[in-house]
Amino acid sequence: MKALNRKLLRDLWSLKGQAFAITLVVMTGVATFIMFISTMDSLNLTRQKYYRDFNFSDVFVNLKRAPESLKSRIAEIPGVNVVETRVSAEVKLDIPGFSEPVIGKLVSIPDNGKPLLNGLYIRKGRLVDPAKDNEVVISETFASAHDFRIGDSFGAIINGRWKTLRIVGVALSPEFVLQMRPDAVSPDFKRYGVLWMARDALSQAYDMDGAFNDVVLTVSPHADVDEVITRLDNLLDRYGSLGAYAREDQLSHRIMTDEFRQLKRSAEIFPTIFIAVSAFLLNVVISRIVSTQREQIAALKAFGYSNFQVGVHYAQLVILITLVGVVIGTGLGIWMGKALGNVYMSVYRFPFLIYRLRFIVAGSAALITLASALLGTIHAVWKAASQPPAEALRPEPPARYRKSLIENTPLARFLTQPTKIIVRNIERKPLRSFFTALGIATACATMLTSGFFQDAVKYIVNVQFVFSQKEDLSVSFTEPTSGRAVYDLMGVRGVRYAEGYRVVPVRFRNGNRTYKTVITGIESGSRLRHILDVNLKAHPVPAEGIILTDYFREVLDIKTGDMLTVEILEGSKPIRRVPVVGFVQQYIGLVGYMDRKSLNRMMQEGSAVSGAYVTVDPMSMDRLYREFIEMPRVAGTVVRRDEVKNFYETQARAMLFFTFIAMLMSGAIAFGVVYNSMRIALSERSRELSSLRVLGYTRGEISYILLGELGLLTLAAIPLGFAMGKGLCIYIARALGSDLFRVPVVIEPGTYSLAATVVLVSAVFSSLVVRRRLDRLNLVEVLKTKE
Amino acid sequence: MNTMANRDDIVFQVRGLTKVYRMGEVEVHALRGVDMELYPGELVVLLGPSGSGKSTLLNILGGLDTASDGHVSYRGKDLTRANEKELTEYRRYHVGFVFQFYNLIPSLTALENVAVVTEIAVSPMDPGDALALVGLSTRLDHFPSQLSGGEQQRVAIARAISKNPSVLLCDEPTGALDSETGVMVLEALDNVNRTLGTATAIITHNADIAGMADRVVHLSNGHITDVSQNEVKKSPRDITW
Repeated sequence: MKALNRKLLRDLWSLKGQAFAITLVVMTGVATFIMFISTMDSLNLTRQKYYRDFNFSDVFVNLKRAPESLKSRIAEIPGVNVVETRVSAEVKLDIPGFSEPVIGKLVSIPDNGKPLLNGLYIRKGRLVDPAKDNEVVISETFASAHDFRIGDSFGAIINGRWKTLRIVGVALSPEFVLQMRPDAVSPDFKRYGVLWMARDALSQAYDMDGAFNDVVLTVSPHADVDEVITRLDNLLDRYGSLGAYAREDQLSHRIMTDEFRQLKRSAEIFPTIFIAVSAFLLNVVISRIVSTQREQIAALKAFGYSNFQVGVHYAQLVILITLVGVVIGTGLGIWMGKALGNVYMSVYRFPFLIYRLRFIVAGSAALITLASALLGTIHAVWKAASQPPAEALRPEPPARYRKSLIENTPLARFLTQPTKIIVRNIERKPLRSFFTALGIATACATMLTSGFFQDAVKYIVNVQFVFSQKEDLSVSFTEPTSGRAVYDLMGVRGVRYAEGYRVVPVRFRNGNRTYKTVITGIESGSRLRHILDVNLKAHPVPAEGIILTDYFREVLDIKTGDMLTVEILEGSKPIRRVPVVGFVQQYIGLVGYMDRKSLNRMMQEGSAVSGAYVTVDPMSMDRLYREFIEMPRVAGTVVRRDEVKNFYETQARAMLFFTFIAMLMSGAIAFGVVYNSMRIALSERSRELSSLRVLGYTRGEISYILLGELGLLTLAAIPLGFAMGKGLCIYIARALGSDLFRVPVVIEPGTYSLAATVVLVSAVFSSLVVRRRLDRLNLVEVLKTKE
Repeated sequence: MNTMANRDDIVFQVRGLTKVYRMGEVEVHALRGVDMELYPGELVVLLGPSGSGKSTLLNILGGLDTASDGHVSYRGKDLTRANEKELTEYRRYHVGFVFQFYNLIPSLTALENVAVVTEIAVSPMDPGDALALVGLSTRLDHFPSQLSGGEQQRVAIARAISKNPSVLLCDEPTGALDSETGVMVLEALDNVNRTLGTATAIITHNADIAGMADRVVHLSNGHITDVSQNEVKKSPRDITW
């Protein structure tokens, strides 16, 4: 081995503590990058393969009822590839041993065998026997939520008639990778399940013999999907179509795509922070090495080593430290990527997960990291390389100090000499002090972003469920019903109060912008539904006009006072113009609110309701669930309390994972920055500190000088980190916001203090490590050497 | 002259002091059974070539290093048995140090470099007075980087005496200085010794400095080879090298 290489390895060894701290930061950056990107890639690849292998459809339509003969006309639409008609319905289920309301989505399986589109992956058991009208295949999530086995049975109210269904198989479908009730805010595997049943049996139950109410189709690769949809709408309009929609708007696909987008954002934001921090740390460390090795550099040059050789020598040190981080980080990233993949798999159900780390991802992680490390140190390396030997042999000019700014204030009188040393050192290298504080602040900010997500979720839940929804149950009717049904409900023993609501599917149009959603009609002076403004103040529903979710301002480019075009997708499908009278603060979904009577008038119908919000006597809950199952008019019941609980449960695991990752990340940064800064300070200051020890200062007193400086910077970094973190949260909230949900920037005091605590604990840990070195200072040696 | 003094009055009493330390693979016998005393008010010069063990002796006297064998008592207290904490207290309250390379704190001014010691001492001088004693009243607010070597060393002397120490230990105080400024530093030390009566030990390899001592202790190869009394002390002004 060449002597210079040997020096390289020994330098690295003597730097092991600092090199480790930097490696840790590099490693975390690379690992998070690999984790996010590989998880996204893997899920994407898995999804693609799953969609392809199981013929996931491109276009979907729900309608009231159309004759089977229409199928061939659909198939004739140019661009349409495969068409499959189905019968589907939502039913109430009665699960033995589970008293709460459960809704099932029944989907027909063709009688001649397997579905052509949205094929089923049978995990257990078999497909249904077309001749049997009581067999079902159930979704895997639903099966595991209730611990169902093949052969188990449960009750279902199918078109008003009670039926016992027997489970013959457990399956997965590309259509329900995410299985969620369309109007729910989070998947609830216990209270919503997909069931597949023989077409014949289902048709008979719903009087759909020779007819269908659900179409799925694929289009040929180069077909214009929008064109197909337009033609499909034209064709199916008079059969009560709710409007065809493309895969992009299909619930399961849509939410998953949104999730991928979040992963991509995370992959952009967090690794960038790490790479910047590690470049800064390397800069500080290499600068220090170069200055302590001045004489060695001079000697090397005096012996005839070229500038280039000296430069390469120090650059190699940077590369080595970074490379170790890249290699370990890649391994860790793969492991974390698989773990994250599994977290997703618990919600998004694929038959398999293909883990993939593309070479280009790993390669670019390595390249970007190395390049920024070199960029961060190029100045220091160049300084080392370009120093004329004679100059390098002379000792560095003595450090210049001046009185610090704070000493011009009345505070000066209270400063002890050790405190002055601290303050002057910070002020002497303002840029380095600033970057050190900035580095620590990024740790604080990183931690804040993870806590922020939980606070935001809590806030969303409060706004969505606690402040604006006051009912215990929401009961939906099988079809719009006379308002008298509400009085019937009130007559049920245990019901304290009931209030009707009307839901109408619509398409909003403003100029060329459109959005498909629903209008909810609420009773004037409603006691159970509150319309909240931006300050979360409740407002009554105005007698006329429509109130929109505030995000519509952007989506439809609309403001108060504008006229909104409403295309009603129910009944005779009239088109109306309604004035926008206000906006409501809401974080999940996009809807419109109207006074119920006003909505009825717009629909040109009598006092119709789609369902009712109900408050009940808590003691009667279980009995009421049962009564509602048995009421033919009731299509389903949603318990508000369960919805809130489930929302948290669904989020919990992912949240825990991300909090853990964030703690790891911010801990690594805080430790990396604080430990390195302390080691540099120790190396620069050990002579001075030893002198003070000789003069009779205790270990504690000199520790104060060294650790005090970093302590002060850490304390300054925390508010800076809060500000940066808040900024980052605002950015993330913006980046993640979509029509599915918006993230409010809410950061609770507890989150701030957790972020500060993680930073402080890491700082204290680093100090303890450095403090050990401080205790071992060699007092005699410093007296014999000139600096 | 002071041999009859009370034992407790003796500043240092050294008996059979031995120091062996390992330097890599080699054992170095720095001190091989040294006996000596330092009396109150006395100015002693420890003279010897480099490697004679004089710095090791001074470091042990100053509580910076520990002995391998033998005893050192300071005013009747056994320093060789003191623990780390007691040694720190000993340095803090009783010893003033002056080093070859001054060891000033670069971020503190002359006045503050003195204050750094007076702040932790029991009944110290005013830092300004200490600097006046070494003739630096006009340089109080200068940082080390703005002072000459001689001036820096005089700050170090002011710093050493400001705590009113019982003993002043100087390790090659003029080693880094030219003759002219070195003399100014020696004058400052002599002045302190005379006016405050602080027992002072100066180690040097410069034989010319020995003239200003009450007693000269010659060290060589870890042994004391000779102790001589100066009947007439030279004034530092008359010393040149």
